[in-house]
Amino acid sequence: MSMLSYEKKYRLRGGTLVGGDLFDFWAGPFYVGFFGVTAIFFSLLGTALIFYGAALQGTGNPWLINIPPPDLKYGLGFAPIKEGGLWQAITICAIGAFVSWALRQAEISRKLGMGYHVPIAFSVAIFAYVTLVVIRPVLMGAWGHGFPYGIWSHLDWVSNTGYQYLHFHYNPAHMLAITFFFTTTFALSLHGSLVLAALNPGKGEPVKTAEHENTFFRDVIGYSIGTLGIHRLGLFLALSAGFWSAVCIVISGPFWTRGWPEWWGWWLNLPIWS
Amino acid sequence: MRLSFGTWVAVAVLATAYAAHLLTSFERPPVTVVQRGFRGTAMEVIYNPRVLEVQAYLHRAPEASEPADAEGDRAKDVYQNVQVLGDLSVAQFGRLMQSITEWVSPEVLDEAGNPVPAAGNFQRGCNYCHNPENYAEDSVYTKVVARRMLQMTKHINEHWQSHVGNGAAGEGAGVTCYTCHRGNPVPSQVWAQVPTQDQRRGRGFAQDAASQNLASPVVGLSSLPYDIFTPYFENAADIRVAGNDPLQVNNRHSIKQTEWTLGLMAHFADSLNVNCTFCHNTRAFFDWQQSSPQRVNAWHGIRMIRDVNANYIDPLKPVFPANRLGPNGDPLKVNCATCHQGAHKPLYGANMLRDHPELNLVSATPAPSVEARQ
Repeated sequence: MSMLSYEKKYRLRGGTLVGGDLFDFWAGPFYVGFFGVTAIFFSLLGTALIFYGAALQGTGNPWLINIPPPDLKYGLGFAPIKEGGLWQAITICAIGAFVSWALRQAEISRKLGMGYHVPIAFSVAIFAYVTLVVIRPVLMGAWGHGFPYGIWSHLDWVSNTGYQYLHFHYNPAHMLAITFFFTTTFALSLHGSLVLAALNPGKGEPVKTAEHENTFFRDVIGYSIGTLGIHRLGLFLALSAGFWSAVCIVISGPFWTRGWPEWWGWWLNLPIWS
Repeated sequence: MRLSFGTWVAVAVLATAYAAHLLTSFERPPVTVVQRGFRGTAMEVIYNPRVLEVQAYLHRAPEASEPADAEGDRAKDVYQNVQVLGDLSVAQFGRLMQSITEWVSPEVLDEAGNPVPAAGNFQRGCNYCHNPENYAEDSVYTKVVARRMLQMTKHINEHWQSHVGNGAAGEGAGVTCYTCHRGNPVPSQVWAQVPTQDQRRGRGFAQDAASQNLASPVVGLSSLPYDIFTPYFENAADIRVAGNDPLQVNNRHSIKQTEWTLGLMAHFADSLNVNCTFCHNTRAFFDWQQSSPQRVNAWHGIRMIRDVNANYIDPLKPVFPANRLGPNGDPLKVNCATCHQGAHKPLYGANMLRDHPELNLVSATPAPSVEARQ
């Protein structure tokens, strides 16, 4: 496979975390590395186990395939493979694959001599997943509190888990997470439209520069965060959304067992007015 | 603007106090979870075991006294003016009177050993219902009420087996006076209508708050409508707001009605210390096929409450003194919490009725005359 003209200078030896030079090579355009191998291993094994589960379930309908966690009675122990053990194995594969991918990103960052922004950002998504299937189940005392792997079944789980606390919109961390999700999409839409507008000028006009972009937002809202700043802001908003999502689910159950509206009793009972 | 050092210190202290206060507002692991559906569906009831331990005393049935001899003279032949307990033996009659006293108006003594009167300056013990000069006469209003309540207990145990008789072993616990009273002359969990003027705030266009946004404990401190009992437990407004069709084109129920229904559901959850998944698989709230059996039990319970309020409590309105009525002048009525008091089964399903067969001998006739007292 031919290389792009500038690609050669990025194909540098070294920067690996594990395995030295052993896996320090490319397969076509893709860097392999030790963690590329483990990522492939875990993802293939996990996917095969999901197909095995679908076969046991007797469905090939992708909407209906469901890999449910064990019954609560198994606690934090291993369950029989057809009684949720499959979910446990797939969970190990998923975490193995996700973490491998993050570490592979770290190796690539080292090769490129750049910061670890990409693997750190991806780690927040992994953290949210691990919170759902490891941290919260451990805090509640059973793997059965993890969510089932299935397109519809996981939605049913989300619905019931939300209604275990009567009204999930009263969950304070859920409020923050939603706000960050909306804000991150809002910021992205503002940024995207600004860039597109600058790069697609009217016929006969030159492409606009950052100075135009800054001027636009200084006119509209009196402030421009700048070309670098918008990416820092975007990263902060996106990671905050994922982080507070993880917090909102981990406090539901381990740290609050009743309806979320009731939690706000602390506000009603503040000594200022009660 | 530059803030002074002192201002920063004050802000830091306040922020720390606020953070500490927030932290103490949460609970902590370990928690107790009961799985109530197929694995992975999150049909679960979640408890804080430390809270359950503290509240356990609320749900403990009192020990039953020695059974009474059912043979011997009937109460109606020995005592005067025995209208609904005439078929009991004299021994059973005496035992039931003693039980009712313990269940409803037990003597409470202060540190000096003097009796403490009940709210409204009523005497406790036998004299809560009886004129000590003449036990047979009906001059104390509570005696007239008690007679009707005995008939109500019998009625519930006889006609509402669909709600109080669905024990796991096919034998339900039924109800006794203690199910609601728990040693209180007036059951601790009752409700009355909220006067319309109390539901209004502001003037003109915005004056009707639709009974919302009060953070009322009735609806679990949510913003939902809090006068939920009048429409559903006194009247029979539609609780079901979802239609049967995927497209709701012909469904005339509004979001507002849905909020009233949700408020009622919050009361159910609060009263039984359960969550929505106790009765519903929330992927399809409306669908009976996907709901738990407890939803059927609740359906009957709603009808039972309406029956009790309409036929046993409301008709007693002329008998109650003013300080026993709500702000709208209606009697204090029954809802789910009146019996359940925070347990999925009142007294966790303890069968007190089995130990008190006298309650099954109450006669439904005559319906006591409300005017008897005037």
